Amino acid sequence: MGIISLKSLNISFPIFNPMKNTEILTCFQCGTCHASCPSGKYTSLNVRKIVRDSVRKDISDQPELWMCTTCYNCQERCPRGIKVTDFVLTLRSEAVKKGKILPAHRKVCNFLIKTGQSIPIDDKHRDIRKKLGLRIDEAARKKALKDVKKLLISTGFGELIKK
Amino acid sequence: MKDLSLFAGCLIPNRYPGIEKATGLVLDRLGIKCFELKEAACCPAPGVYRSFDKITWLTLASRNLVLAEEKGTDILTICNGCFSSLMDANNILKNDAVLRNEVNAHLKKIGKEYRGTIEVRHIMEFLHTDIGVKKLSDAIEKPLEIRTAVHYGCHLLKPTKERKLGSAECPVFFDELVEATGAKSVPYEGKTSCCGAGGGVRSAMLETSFKMTEYKLDRIVRAEVDCIIDSCPFCHLQYDAGQVELKKSGKNFDIPVLHFSQLLGLALGYTPEDVGLHLNEIINPGFFGKIAEIQKRNAPGR
Repeated sequence: MGIISLKSLNISFPIFNPMKNTEILTCFQCGTCHASCPSGKYTSLNVRKIVRDSVRKDISDQPELWMCTTCYNCQERCPRGIKVTDFVLTLRSEAVKKGKILPAHRKVCNFLIKTGQSIPIDDKHRDIRKKLGLRIDEAARKKALKDVKKLLISTGFGELIKK
Repeated sequence: MKDLSLFAGCLIPNRYPGIEKATGLVLDRLGIKCFELKEAACCPAPGVYRSFDKITWLTLASRNLVLAEEKGTDILTICNGCFSSLMDANNILKNDAVLRNEVNAHLKKIGKEYRGTIEVRHIMEFLHTDIGVKKLSDAIEKPLEIRTAVHYGCHLLKPTKERKLGSAECPVFFDELVEATGAKSVPYEGKTSCCGAGGGVRSAMLETSFKMTEYKLDRIVRAEVDCIIDSCPFCHLQYDAGQVELKKSGKNFDIPVLHFSQLLGLALGYTPEDVGLHLNEIINPGFFGKIAEIQKRNAPGR
């Protein structure tokens, strides 16, 4: 008999260590979360399943993690009072640590790093602002960007999204 | 009550500046002193950054909070996303000494310190609580006899334990403010349901987000309203630019989208152009004509 690898047994370590938040273990899989989910009506996102699977295996590859609009319906209605939406955010952070970042989100992050804003101004809207009599304080924006850059280096955000 | 600093965010100044203009006009008319928080950066947006790294999200949010602390003002937001990020970060940092110390270690590198001395407000709850429906109603010059579909937006109300603005299943304060302008808030199926944009879904899965938007627009049109009223530029973008996208697959809704500041501006006598409605993607001439007619009919001193 050859060596049995963990992979061949289809065992993986859970994405989330439930000992960090034992609240999640009180879930009794009632499905109120999924029934309340506006995204789950149209997509393969099933929050109940995500909660169940997250403490059993590595689900960081699942695209469903990113189908949640964070509307908080599941969290509001959970009869156990589990902070379900906040938990989805935690799972996302764990996936990001493993480098699982969607290209569009990486792009938004790069906007922040380069401009200090997630949706930077463009020429069209610069012009519209002028016509409306709304000014842009370029010096203030520059100062803001300088601070943001320092803070992002300090928290290691640039390194995180390079993964 | 402290003075207010306006936190305009990214999306309003850079994509829907008409909302910023309208907000300035209405606050000025109501005699509410509010200064721009000039050195502010991204709130940062809850969908992507809060998902990615909590400490980065908290640190950037705390810098914005500190700017207002230094001025001794509360923060006034006009976007549900900014409200959500800044209010949640403020609550977390006020109550969690470990996280506060960690964030302050980062802030020290730009010579700042978070103290937890201010509050974060949203224009809708601010108008309802601090100005009041009665006073707002008294200020209206041209009651707008139109039918509207109110969209609260998820992060204005939820999580309810943080927002403390009452029920998220059957909220009323936004509707009361809309009705103070003379407009009718028409009930519709799925009223408190999500527009589809949040959580980074719009940016990464546009088609998926539009499925939720289409559901909302369909129910809104069935309610036979003149326009949608929102309190968030992200919902605004999703409904307004979303209609342009949905048109490509033959789905025509053609329904104007207004931020509450713009609706209030119209009721205070400003023209659709004054409040930047001509800058929307969806321009419905019939709606502009109706507003002009109402404003003419309800002119003061008639």
